[in-house]
Amino acid sequence: MNDVWSWERAAEALPPILEGFRITLLATVIGTVVAAVLGLLVALVRRSRSRWVTAPVGLVVEFVRSTPLLVQLVFVYLMLPGVPALVVGCAVLGVHYATYMSEVYRAGIDAVPRGQWEAAKALDLPRTRVWRAVVLPQAVRKTLPGLGNYAISMFKETPFLFAISVVEMFTAAQQFGARNFVYTEALTMVGLLFLLASYPTSLLVRRLENRLA
Amino acid sequence: MPETTAHPDAAPPDAVPDARPAATSEPGTVPAIEFQGVVKRFGDNTVLDGLDFTVAKGDRVTLIGPSGSGKTTILRLLMTLEEADGGIILVDGDPYTHEMRGGKRVAVPEKRRRTVRRRVGMVFQQFNLFPNMSVLENIVEAPMHVLGLSRKQATVRAEELLDQVGLADKRDARCTQLSGGQQQRVAIARALAMDPEILLLDEVTSALDPEIVADVLGVLREVAETTDITMLIVTHEMQFARDVSNRVLMFDHGRIVEEADPETMFTAPTHERTQEFLRAVLG
Repeated sequence: MNDVWSWERAAEALPPILEGFRITLLATVIGTVVAAVLGLLVALVRRSRSRWVTAPVGLVVEFVRSTPLLVQLVFVYLMLPGVPALVVGCAVLGVHYATYMSEVYRAGIDAVPRGQWEAAKALDLPRTRVWRAVVLPQAVRKTLPGLGNYAISMFKETPFLFAISVVEMFTAAQQFGARNFVYTEALTMVGLLFLLASYPTSLLVRRLENRLA
Repeated sequence: MPETTAHPDAAPPDAVPDARPAATSEPGTVPAIEFQGVVKRFGDNTVLDGLDFTVAKGDRVTLIGPSGSGKTTILRLLMTLEEADGGIILVDGDPYTHEMRGGKRVAVPEKRRRTVRRRVGMVFQQFNLFPNMSVLENIVEAPMHVLGLSRKQATVRAEELLDQVGLADKRDARCTQLSGGQQQRVAIARALAMDPEILLLDEVTSALDPEIVADVLGVLREVAETTDITMLIVTHEMQFARDVSNRVLMFDHGRIVEEADPETMFTAPTHERTQEFLRAVLG
């Protein structure tokens, strides 16, 4: 056998890995948007006074949170033949993380002082206006670091898309390795790319946390 | 003497539904605020136990008494931040949260509550400005979205009010950049922007440094002198109560133990409980 590391092979593996990286980013961005929007809706719906609304939603949330992402991905993919794998991937990532983000929103909404609600009521602001102009702007500010952390987690879990044959970064490296019977360069570069993307992002989130604290 | 009325429960069973209970003041005048047998409990603690009292239009009434005597609860009931467990409250003769119908106490629908609530404004001990908005935005928010004023109309009025409370130059500041006294003056302007008929002031100087208290009280004095807004004031500032109000009610355990004009109340209180309380407060 020759060397452990070949720069030549690394250069060869880079283009498919970068293409995979694009898919990884795409899935993360779309998944995060879905999770952030859906998570907020779930948080709002769970504040309903009717148990007929909160109980079923609570059940679904518990179910999604208590089952593995990998199982959800494969299950939904097999249940929805004909739907492109990437679409299924983004949707499942989004729904899965929406259940976590809804808790972040809930905490953020609960952290808005009671006096704010009371002042809004004293001014007789309509309910929608209370949420849109008073409560949510204050709550969301407090939730940004939490949402950011979940977005980073989601980014790092995108290799699970492997199971439904989405060629994201990890799958691209796997395929390259399988073709050439050598995995070192490709997988090392995948690891480095994950690190390069998530570490600065987490520093950013931490700074945001300190600034908003 | 507090003008008391028959407890609503005592109304004859054949009372006409929706009939307004008889006015208690002089004929022809409807009181701004009327409590009829109002009961409020927090768990096992009965804070108000069948409270009756009226406030005439344009009255400036100060509520004094030891903490826990129910003063703040009265303001919170009038702002619908708390719900009474019994009795009814009338504003301008209109039932507010509950009304008597066929001898029964029934809840008033939210839509009608809102039309009554719109006439009532409140300034809080902790200011409760919206920190995500500028000073101006705090003041124009409700006039625009509740009264339906245009941004321009609301801004003109807000600027007048800011001028009145001496903060014209802070119009674009963030609320969090202001001192406590300034925040409270903005809160007063915000409440006045809704043109309330009734203004509730809940210990508005209690969270402020002593040297700032005078500024805030000065603003309120001016409001009292230049408007005919009915004011209900809970305060520990006895001098302010004396200057601004025309009636003082002494509360203890959710009941009015003494009522008088400020001069009499502060110089020659008759009830032992009042004397005791004023000695403790005035030192």
